[in-house]
Amino acid sequence: MSTSPSEPTDYPFNEAAGLALSGKYDAARRSEGLTRVRLPYGEPAWLVTRYADAKLVLGDRRFSRADAAGHDEPRQSPGRADGGILSMDPPDHTRLRTLVTKAFTVPRVERLRPEVRALAESLLDDMVAAGPPADLVEAYALPIPVAVICRLLGVPEADRPLFRKWSDDALSTSSLTAEESDASREELRAYMAELIADHRARPADDLMTDLIGARDKDDRLSERELIDLCVAVLVAGHETTATQVPNFVHILLDHPGEVARLHDRPDLIPGAVEELLRFVPLGMAASMARYATQDVEVGGTLVRSGEPVLVSVGAANRDALRFPAPDTLDLGREGNQHVGFGHGVHHCLGAPLARLELQEALRALVLRMPGIHVAGDIVWKTEMLVRGPRSMPVGW
Amino acid sequence: MSVAWRVAVDRSRCMGSGICTALAPSAFALDGERSRPLSEETAPDEALLDAADSCPAGAVTVTEDGRVLGPRD
Repeated sequence: MSTSPSEPTDYPFNEAAGLALSGKYDAARRSEGLTRVRLPYGEPAWLVTRYADAKLVLGDRRFSRADAAGHDEPRQSPGRADGGILSMDPPDHTRLRTLVTKAFTVPRVERLRPEVRALAESLLDDMVAAGPPADLVEAYALPIPVAVICRLLGVPEADRPLFRKWSDDALSTSSLTAEESDASREELRAYMAELIADHRARPADDLMTDLIGARDKDDRLSERELIDLCVAVLVAGHETTATQVPNFVHILLDHPGEVARLHDRPDLIPGAVEELLRFVPLGMAASMARYATQDVEVGGTLVRSGEPVLVSVGAANRDALRFPAPDTLDLGREGNQHVGFGHGVHHCLGAPLARLELQEALRALVLRMPGIHVAGDIVWKTEMLVRGPRSMPVGW
Repeated sequence: MSVAWRVAVDRSRCMGSGICTALAPSAFALDGERSRPLSEETAPDEALLDAADSCPAGAVTVTEDGRVLGPRD
């Protein structure tokens, strides 16, 4: 077991353009113990790349997110994330999470399926009517999750251009200074506070009204927590799904015949979505370091109490010890328990909704446009926590 | 007589998120990447209700004498 920290390697490993998993992850996964890495900001950390180690760190309460607040947390941008549900531990984390979970459970989101299907089909109608080429991101990938989360939460869909910018800023690792990113976050909070005031005056059948009830009637959260929870639902509720739709199309087009296969066998789509979730290393880098609250051995390294650990779910999802032929896209893969949505208390609470949206987005697309192809240059996001096309011109 | 709660996991629904096993490690374990209760009957514990409330699959149920305690409304 190795205990002495070596000189840290510069991190992130991945390139912003494209969806490749850096070969450095393979090397890290194969080497003994954990790898010492340093992100552009904050202290060095241990990097976890193996599946079993990832599940241990993410699923074990000896690792804390809240403790990051007392350290120089490893991060990709100068600004510090403040508060928020991803920076909390149980029981505070549980108190807030359970207020929202019910809106996103499998049985609840399943009721939205017909509506999401109709929406996807109508967006494709619009694209076909306007004629090729179309930007898959603006015309299709963004409008689906934005419409769904806006209706669910109670945010006017027409405000999309407004919160698109704030949402981008929230996930940005760019040259925004700490002050600029704070200012952007405060604008988004002010916007949400205004919507909450509207809902207090005119309650509606939506999640925001439910959360206001939990605050005003039952005192289960503070006003600040209410605002931040609504912001988190809005941002997390559309950004990653909107990014994964073009990512999935990009990967499928990279594997000739797969779009046609799904067109002929739409019953394969749920399994295909799981495989694509496993296969696409969405993140630019592992983030949200977990801090050991006591000495814990992880993958042959003794992580000391107070040390941060970064978990690369993208690397864990390509671990040959868990997934046979891990670098092969196998849409029919069985027993695909990937960690694309994370693991443990911070497992994506919107996972059931994300799954449903991705399934329906892919289904409508392969059924209606089996000849879909890239019809121009893809512009990749840069300086963002997640990777994917900013615009993707397609023909069909 | 001490009150006993019954904990059930619907393994056909379970997505192996690892939330219940993290919140209540003394009551749940991952077995073949799906959760199962370590014992059917257990002493009352708030963490069990938290686990039922937090499950994204709605797979965890806590009952007392057939009455559903969790997930809570």
